[in-house]
Amino acid sequence: MAKIKSLDELKKLREKLQNKVELREKGENVDDLVQIKIAMATCGIAAGAKDTMDAFIGKLNEKNIKNAVITQTGCMGYCHSEPTVEITLPGKEAVVFGNVDADKTEEIIEKYIKNGELVDGIIPVGYTTIEEEK
Amino acid sequence: MANYKMHVLICGGTGCLSSGSKAIADNIKSLLKENNMENDVQVLMTGCFGFCEKGPIVKILPDNTFYTEVKPGDAKLIVEEHLIKGRKVDSLLYKDPMTKKHISDSKHMDFYKKQMRIALRNCGFIDPDKIEEYIAREGYQALGKVLSEMTPKDVIAEMKESGLRGRGGGGFPTGLKWEFASKYNIGEQKYVVCNADEGDPGAFMDRSILEGDPHSVIEAMSICGYSIGATKGLVYIRAEYPLAIERLQNAISSAREMGLLGKDIMGSGFDFDIELKYGAGAFVCGEETALIHSMEGERGEPTTKPPFPAESGYWGKTTNVNNVETFANIPVIINKGANWFNKIGTEKSKGTKVFALAGKINNVGLIEVPMGTTLREVIFDIGGGIKNGKKFKSAQTGGPSGGCLTEKDLDVPIDFDNLVAAGSMMGSGGMIVMDEDDCMVSIAKFYLDFTVDESCGKCTPCRVGTKRLYEMLDKITKGQGTMDDLKKLKMLSGVIKDTALCGLGQTAPNPVLSTLDNFWDEYVAHVVDKRCPAGQCTALLQYVIDPGKCIGCTACARVCPVGAISGKVKTAHVIDQEKCIKCGACYDACKFGAIEKK
Ligand SMILES: Cc1cc2nc3c(=O)[nH]c(=O)nc-3n(C[C@H](O)[C@H](O)[C@H](O)COP(=O)(O)O)c2cc1C
Ligand code: SF4
Ligand code: SF4
Ligand code: FES
Ligand code: FES
Repeated sequence: MAKIKSLDELKKLREKLQNKVELREKGENVDDLVQIKIAMATCGIAAGAKDTMDAFIGKLNEKNIKNAVITQTGCMGYCHSEPTVEITLPGKEAVVFGNVDADKTEEIIEKYIKNGELVDGIIPVGYTTIEEEK
Repeated sequence: MANYKMHVLICGGTGCLSSGSKAIADNIKSLLKENNMENDVQVLMTGCFGFCEKGPIVKILPDNTFYTEVKPGDAKLIVEEHLIKGRKVDSLLYKDPMTKKHISDSKHMDFYKKQMRIALRNCGFIDPDKIEEYIAREGYQALGKVLSEMTPKDVIAEMKESGLRGRGGGGFPTGLKWEFASKYNIGEQKYVVCNADEGDPGAFMDRSILEGDPHSVIEAMSICGYSIGATKGLVYIRAEYPLAIERLQNAISSAREMGLLGKDIMGSGFDFDIELKYGAGAFVCGEETALIHSMEGERGEPTTKPPFPAESGYWGKTTNVNNVETFANIPVIINKGANWFNKIGTEKSKGTKVFALAGKINNVGLIEVPMGTTLREVIFDIGGGIKNGKKFKSAQTGGPSGGCLTEKDLDVPIDFDNLVAAGSMMGSGGMIVMDEDDCMVSIAKFYLDFTVDESCGKCTPCRVGTKRLYEMLDKITKGQGTMDDLKKLKMLSGVIKDTALCGLGQTAPNPVLSTLDNFWDEYVAHVVDKRCPAGQCTALLQYVIDPGKCIGCTACARVCPVGAISGKVKTAHVIDQEKCIKCGACYDACKFGAIEKK
């Protein structure tokens, strides 16, 4: 391990290391967090969910959106509209978008995540999550 | 570096490790590998989450899921349901003791809601064995800032401004202590000592900090060294803390490797290094003068103060002793500023305090709350109330040096001065909650038993006096006490307080005095009525048979080992009180609830 020779070097190292724990720090403040869940079961992956996820990660970083986390989930049961993405804005009900390819992510981020404007492609939700059942 | 989408934090504190948390981690890791997910999900062992009683704890981020009492076999469910399918495993979620509902994330657990974590900021959050994780959380920034932007005088001024008081028990202002040490200069070498002895029965906060976030203590000791002009640090730690020792050693060597400890730290020209000294685990060795003697290889006996360690400490040199939790607060104070810190807490006690909650409470564990939080909030909100719906009776704080708080103190904001005014003290932060079934005379006896064992024997008031106190308490619990004994208890306590040499003896009578004050009636009941109201003192118990309920089944008479029960089949039985040895066998044997304990 290289020695740290100044406070500046330490700060640079910190910045490099920070994203390692950043997700954890965000997770601690779950109340004002945008949660993006991408269905990554077999059908999702076959339909290109991996590209969708990469596009989300890349664009969120590019646009410097810090309060969003991306996780993967299993099949949501909408195999007809894969890739599907569930987005929960802080304090709002979850919304599921279907057929989200890499290009569609741009629109979702710009309109829905940034401004809360609805865009085409929303699938009506036909299930309740465990938390809601409580 | 892998771009993880989820984190599985598994408690690697002593409590959870001993109930199998390592196996959970191993199982989860191998299942992730089978599913090709090892680059998506990070699994790490952290320090204590504080909720040890419900351990092993597994927390999943970013959705903040808090699983309790997880078994190695549950790894499959966690991976397949939660990590792959994104569904929380209901059966592993924490159940609220009041509402009996499962709570899905830790933000909504009462246990965490009222807490504020400064000293415990990294415990249960980072991997204590990886210096990178500490650095990512602002680690060593405070040291860097101090070395490059502040003079030693600035640091001391900042510490004074913060209002931080020592968390080892006495509550002495830390900035003031550093100022003394910076002014004295006997010989060229000065020392910074970290007191990690933690001898209070029931206390484990210092151990948890060292296990969960060792770098915070190392960083703070270096900051202290810079401000007082010391280049050597020593951690006095008890040998019974093997995990804390291992984590600390590992942290010291990785800090050295990165040039954050050792010669010319961060190119500033400042040298500082740390060594461990092991204690054999005697309560008195936590007292700072005894601790210093023990480090020098002498018997761990205290000496009078003055001289204070600043004037003549380790090998006669200027020495500054602080507690682990005190140190853990320091990097945050430097990073966020004294003004941020001194807004938290009460007028004369700033910041937060870590408590080890134990006893008859639903949520046993380690908590950190702002000074000024009331006892009621700690016991009923965070602690989840008294177990089995019993009534709250008392909270013992300050360990063997402290006293008992009662119902009337529930709304007192907890801080150093208020606790003393209420007849107890902060001590190191052990808090033992008692319910209606606890006998206060027995509690006092328990603490005196501890002091008798732990007294170093150097001075007579402590060596002989505490033994006499213990004997009198013992007499009372056996029903042989007199009102005169109660008077003597009070008087002897006063004498010991005034004449003992060190803090151990001076505070040893506190549990007696405070129970006498708050539970006088209970003492009188033992002495005059020969009765233990809580039903704890075996010698004072009476087993009697209620003739109305007894159907004459003879079950009791058959189990009685001394033949104290007589009566004919199908008629009510009676117990001969003279013969009864109060073993309780008949009480357990009676299927009709006819036997009463009085
Ligand atoms: C009998 C006795 C036992 C003590 N045990 C401890 C201990 O285990 N840990 C500790 O930090 N301080 C203990 N202290 C207090 C220390 O003497 C000292 O005041 C403290 O370490 C100073 O650090 P602080 O100013 O950061 O609190 C004890 C004091 C007495 C009288
Ligand atoms: S008060 Fe007790 S522990 Fe302290 S010096 Fe005297 S005998 Fe030793
Ligand atoms: S077992 Fe109980 S109810 Fe039956 S005879 Fe004995 S005391 Fe009476
Ligand atoms: S040791 Fe695991 S929660 Fe305390
Ligand atoms: S009275 Fe004899 S066993 Fe209980």
